Formats: sequence, structure tokens, C-alpha cells
Amino acid sequence: MTDQAHIEGWGRIPGPGVERFGENLDRLSEQPTLFRGLGRSYGDSSLPAASKPDVVNTTLADRVLAWDADTGVLRAEAGLSLYTMNRVFLPQGWFTPVSPGTQFVTLGGMVASDVHGKNHHVAGCFGQHVRALRMRVADGRVLEVTPTQHEDLFWATVGGMGWTGAILEVEVQLRAVSSPWIHQTTERVDNLADLVARLKEVSREWPMTMSWIDCLKRGKHMGRGIVYYGDWAKAEDAPAKFPPWSREITMPIDAPSWALNPLSMGLFNFGVYNSHVPKTKSGLVSPETFYYPLDMVRRWNRAYGLAGFTQYQCVIPDTAGIAAVVRFMEALTATGAASFLCVMKDCGPQGQGLLSFPMPGTSIAVDIPVKKDTAAIVAKLNALVIGVGGRIYLTKDRFTTPADFRAMEPRLDAFLEVRHRWDPERRFRSAQSVRMLGDPDLPGAA
Amino acid sequence: MNVLFLGATRGMGRALARQMAARGDQLYLLGRDEDQLARSAADLAARGKAGAPGVGMCDLGDPTTFEPAIAEASAALGGLDCVVVTAGLFGTQDALEDDLDRAYTLLQVNFAGTVVFCEHARRALMAKGGGTLCVFSSVAGDRGRKPVGIYGASKAGLSAYLEALDHRYRADGLVTVCVKPGFVKTGMTAGLKPPPFAGEPEPVARRVLKAIDRGTPMIYAPFMWRWVMFVIKLLPRFVMRKVGF
Ligand SMILES: Cc1cc2nc3c(=O)[nH]c(=O)nc-3n(C[C@H](O)[C@H](O)[C@H](O)COP(=O)(O)OP(=O)(O)OC[C@H]3O[C@@H](n4cnc5c(N)ncnc54)[C@H](O)[C@@H]3O)c2cc1C
Ligand SMILES: NC(=O)c1ccc[n+]([C@@H]2O[C@H](COP(=O)([O-])OP(=O)(O)OC[C@H]3O[C@@H](n4cnc5c(N)ncnc54)[C@H](OP(=O)(O)O)[C@@H]3O)[C@@H](O)[C@H]2O)c1
Repeated sequence: MTDQAHIEGWGRIPGPGVERFGENLDRLSEQPTLFRGLGRSYGDSSLPAASKPDVVNTTLADRVLAWDADTGVLRAEAGLSLYTMNRVFLPQGWFTPVSPGTQFVTLGGMVASDVHGKNHHVAGCFGQHVRALRMRVADGRVLEVTPTQHEDLFWATVGGMGWTGAILEVEVQLRAVSSPWIHQTTERVDNLADLVARLKEVSREWPMTMSWIDCLKRGKHMGRGIVYYGDWAKAEDAPAKFPPWSREITMPIDAPSWALNPLSMGLFNFGVYNSHVPKTKSGLVSPETFYYPLDMVRRWNRAYGLAGFTQYQCVIPDTAGIAAVVRFMEALTATGAASFLCVMKDCGPQGQGLLSFPMPGTSIAVDIPVKKDTAAIVAKLNALVIGVGGRIYLTKDRFTTPADFRAMEPRLDAFLEVRHRWDPERRFRSAQSVRMLGDPDLPGAA
Repeated sequence: MNVLFLGATRGMGRALARQMAARGDQLYLLGRDEDQLARSAADLAARGKAGAPGVGMCDLGDPTTFEPAIAEASAALGGLDCVVVTAGLFGTQDALEDDLDRAYTLLQVNFAGTVVFCEHARRALMAKGGGTLCVFSSVAGDRGRKPVGIYGASKAGLSAYLEALDHRYRADGLVTVCVKPGFVKTGMTAGLKPPPFAGEPEPVARRVLKAIDRGTPMIYAPFMWRWVMFVIKLLPRFVMRKVGF
């Protein structure tokens, strides 16, 4: 329901707001205003504060400003989508250094969430590969911000959810790929402990890994699932032709509220798991098949109906051991709140972004259809995560309380200090920063 | 194909120029803002097959800029095969009624400026034996309607001119393509509530490119607007006085 007066994130819970579109981000940011891209963050990250209902939508600012096909350095306006980057640069042998599970994201959004991908354990987050940002800051200046120039602002902006300023341009180092095909192997594993162990094992050998878990299944097959791993195929092993781009279909209407129920979701999971025969499969697939299976159905978020959904994503640190992951999954399954999509991923070292999500450990992401008890379920899961020293991913969140966030984020004060230096009046604020950081949200506040 | 493009910096023009560059057409961009032109040229260079387009200054509000800009472009490209004009201004009827200076500028740019620019372009094309002139008018010019009275009048005049060009010069090698977009989601229409059948710039651009290649004298885009306008043109006056569109 994105209309004139309401905006929503991918989880479809609307908030008050008005989007302003335009090609010229310099002009649109003359007054400090929250920016948003393609709105693929799930909760209220890309929604403005109620007292400052304007938000700049960057998607019309999508020009490539400089491209060096020899070095793979790209500079572009912040609204350029990964979808376009893939179509323009993959045929030239270059791919984003880090890709989230959808290509419908913008460069600005990838920086602001400091996104991670299947290669996190070897490549780190997106911000690690960013060479420079052109930013509008709160005092009105437009600055070139790099890891060596205004370094504090750079690492607060990487993963900073738009709370430090508006990103106008991004310069990033793409990675050369040996071919546009991916050699993928998938393995069925029939219980959680084995799956977590297997995920860690393959991550030592393969640069791209992740797993899908049936989190409805209880008992001894709890956490059964499929482990995916792969690498870009060598040129000599790949077909000569470029992999075809898939044709998307669109989810035409909102599903009725009863469509996703324990039975239908269980059947879906049963189907995915049991159709995976033999136990191990290998082959060449297109990057779209490997990275973006969900993009095949545009607007699949309508499957959850009008009440919307949230995604709970946390990381359970390695220091807590595999047992902690099992305990978390038990608790999650016991809530009965999880839907069919549950993704588990092995994370590598923590990056330099002051609020970046990943840390060495196991990341777990699960969609939760919104019901009356959703906030209570999130609080319960948060308690477990805090107990083992983990944290949640801001770009997915809608229900975490400020107290819980503070308890899981020892880096928060360092972030707030930098933010205070650059934006003492907290002019760049969002519905999420009002909720999580206690930003002022009185009518008429500056 | 060598293409001179006025309006490639934004909107449907941006989308069309990208598709032309991607298939290897040689472009030369005209516009009124040097910085925006440079950015668009860089974008097209990265996406295209034919290197960086040349750029030149030309403002539809200033007729003295037309002839030198077209001459320079033609020399740089080594002759013109096609001239595309997507540049234009929009304002809601309320906004234009409230600000008659703005209404005057819009009429000047969309009608007088565009027609005179086309006259220069026509001469340049015909001097080389012909070519294609593709100009964006609008469905708003098809019928006098409440929400687009002034803007629609500028486009009605433009459509009439373009039809006459087609009749007068097609036999001499000048192919005129008049594009009538319906509501398309660009910066021009941001902030307006999209009606049913609102289009996106990329599919519109694909349709226009086909029309240019085939030399279709007039197209609606998206296609559906042909039928929408067919019905609207049939409505009697007493109905048009009542309805809001
Ligand atoms: C199906 C799906 C799969 C996903 N998989 C992954 C994954 O594997 N890994 C991962 O890390 N994430 C993943 N995500 C989350 C997604 O990558 C992030 O939410 C990303 O930020 C979305 O980009 P966007 O352009 O849509 O940004 P939006 O959702 O529009 O905005 C996200 C945040 O970035 C800020 N922002 C956006 N643009 C700017 C700018 N120019 N300047 C300043 N701030 C800005 C906004 O204020 C907001 O706080 C997934 C999301 C979906 C829907
Ligand atoms: N969008 C619609 O729904 C719609 C519907 C019917 C008809 N149309 C018509 O289709 C055409 C393209 O529309 P759009 O939506 O793509 O527009 P847009 O996004 O607003 O782009 C307009 C373009 O015109 C240029 N321009 C404006 N005034 C100019 C001037 N005085 N001199 C030179 N260039 C000038 C702009 O250049 P700068 O970058 O310098 O500003 C820009 O490149 C227009 O003629 C419009 O009237 C549009």
C-alpha cells in the first residue's frame, strides 16, 4: 500500500511518508532528508520519521559516471540498481564484489546496510570494496568520503542505515569473474547439527556458501535442509554462450490471510526437501539461479497478505558453539511463528562498518508473518541472541526494542559519537532511528 | 545510425538513448545543462558500444542556440541519420493558471521552440537526402481536457505540425515519427497519482525505437493509450464538462 501518504518496506507494514523522486540528488538533498532506494529493507529502515515525512527515492538517479573495463572500478549515482549492474557489467566479465539475495537493491542501499552475501567468509561485506562515497552531510556540504578522508564518517556510513548523511555517489571495485557461469553443488542434510557442521566445512573450501533449512520440522529431523556451495566456473569449463536472463513473473494480488498456514508451508518445505534427489547434485547454473531464486517472482512479498511480515535475522557467534545454534533453532521452531523460508549462512570476520551486521558465526534468517504476538516472539529470540553475545540485522528489523538493541550492540556508543560529530541535531533520521535510537520525533522538530 | 538527441538527460529520453547506445548507434547529446550532459554521456559510454557521445549546449527556450548546435553535432557525427526530441516541460493546469509566466515559458518551449528546432533539424536532415525526425508530443494534445488545458494546447499544436511535416516531406525522404505518450512514470509525473495503464520508460522506449526503425508516422505509448484516447475523443462535450479527466 504505497500511496501518496504511506510508504512501506519489503515486509509491507506501512508508515506515514511521502516519496520525492528526481534525477538530481544534489538538488533533492539540499535540505537534509532521509534517502531510500528500492525499499528492499524489510522493516522501517527506509521509512521517514513521522515528524519529517519526506523521503528521497533515489531510483531515478541511476547513471554510471565512470567505468574502467580494465580495472573494474565503477563510479555511479546511488540509485543504480544491482539488476542493471549485472546486465551491463557481467557480460564484460565483472560482478559485484558482494551480492545480497536479491538484485532489486540500489548501490546506496547496499552501502547503508553494508550488505553481505554468500561469499562473506572470504570477501567480507560490500563496504569493504567501496573506494569512495560522495555524500551530503547535515551542515549542507557535499563531501568526498573515503577510507582515508573523513574516515570516521566513512565507516559510520557503511552499515549506518542512512543516519549519517545522504549517499549521492558510490565508487566500488567490482570483481573479475572467470566466466558468467557458476559451478554449484547442493547437498541434502537431514538434521541441524550436521547441517551447521557441514556448512562450516564447505565454507573452508568454497568461496560461496549458504543453506536453506526446513524450520517447521521438529524432532530428530529438526533443521534438516540443503547446503549450497559453489564458485565461478573456469572459462574452459563454462559454455561459450552467456547464461540467459530469466523472465520474471509478478505476484498479481495479495494472498488471502489463510493462504500461508502450517499445512501449506509444511507441504512446500516437504516438497523442496524431498524433491532434492540424489542427496548431492552438481552442475553449472546461471548467476540468477544461484544468487536470486526469489527474484523469479516479482512482488512475492504479497504472498503474506495485507498484514505483512518481518524477517528475523541474527548471528550466533562461533564462540557460543554449535550447541547455541541448535538451542536457538529449537526455540524458533517452538514459537511456531516461522514460515517456510529460513536461510543459514556462515559469517567471516567482523568488518569495519561501525554498525555492520556480520561477525564470525552463523547467521540465521527467517520470515515471520505478522500477528498479534510478533513483538513478543522477537523479544524472546532477542533474549537468546543477547545471551550468547550475538546481534540482529537492522535492515530486516521492525520489532526490536531500544533496550535490546543496546544490549546486543557494544559498538553503539562509538557510532553515536561519530554521528553526533557530523549531525548533532540528528537531521538524518528515519522511523527506525526514532524507534531504536530515540531520535526526536515531535511535530515541528527541525 | 548517427543520432542527434535533445532530452537524453532524463526520463524517456534517457531510456531511449540507452537502448540506442546499447545496440551501437552513435549519439550526440544536446541540452541546457553542461554537468547533466557530461553525466549522461559517461553513462551512455559505459553502457554502449560506440564510445562516449559528444555533447553540445542547446536550450529550447533560446532559438539562437539551435542552428550552431545542430551544425556542430552534424559535423562531429559526420552527418545525421536521425534527430530525436524528447525535451519538454510539464505543469499541472492549476500550477500553470497560478503562474502565467511559467505557462508562457512552457508554451514557448513545448511549441514555438520545438517547432523551430525541428525546422533546423529538418533542413540538416534533408540536406543529406533525408532521415528520421522523432519528436515526443502527448496524448494531452488529442482533446481539450480539464487537467491539461495549457500543456495540452502546446502539444496539440506540436502534433498538428508533425503531422503536416509527414504529409509534406515524406516523399522527399524525411520520415517524421510523432510519439504520443500516455502517463509514463518519470520525474515529470512524479508526485502525480498514476492512472490505470501508467507506463514505464523502458518499454515505452522499446516501442519508440521500433517505430523509428519502421518509420511509423504516429504512435501511442504504452499501446493501451491508443484505445483510451479513441474513447475520450468520442465523448460528447456535455460529458467532457462533467468528468474530471
Ligand atoms: C529477497 C531479499 C533478499 C535479501 N538478501 C540479503 C542478503 O543476502 N544479504 C544482505 O545483506 N541483505 C539482504 N537483503 C536486504 C537488502 O539487501 C538491504 O535491505 C538493502 O539495503 C536494500 O537496498 P535498497 O536499495 O532496497 O534500500 P532501502 O530498503 O530503500 O533502504 C535501506 C536502508 O538504506 C538507506 N539508504 C538507501 N539509499 C541510501 C542513500 N543513497 N544514502 C543514504 N542512505 C540510504 C535507507 O535509509 C535505509 O536505512 C535482502 C532483501 C530481500 C528483499
Ligand atoms: N511522462 C509522461 O507521462 C508524459 C506524457 C505525455 C507526454 N510526455 C512528453 O514526453 C517527453 C519526455 O517526457 P519525460 O517524462 O521523459 O520528461 P522528463 O523526465 O521531465 O525529461 C525532460 C527532458 O527535457 C529536457 N528539457 C526540458 N526543458 C528543456 C529546454 N528548455 N531545453 C532543452 N532541454 C530541455 C530535460 O533536460 P534537463 O536535464 O536539462 O532538465 C530532460 O532531459 C516530453 O516532451 C513530455 O512532454 C510525457
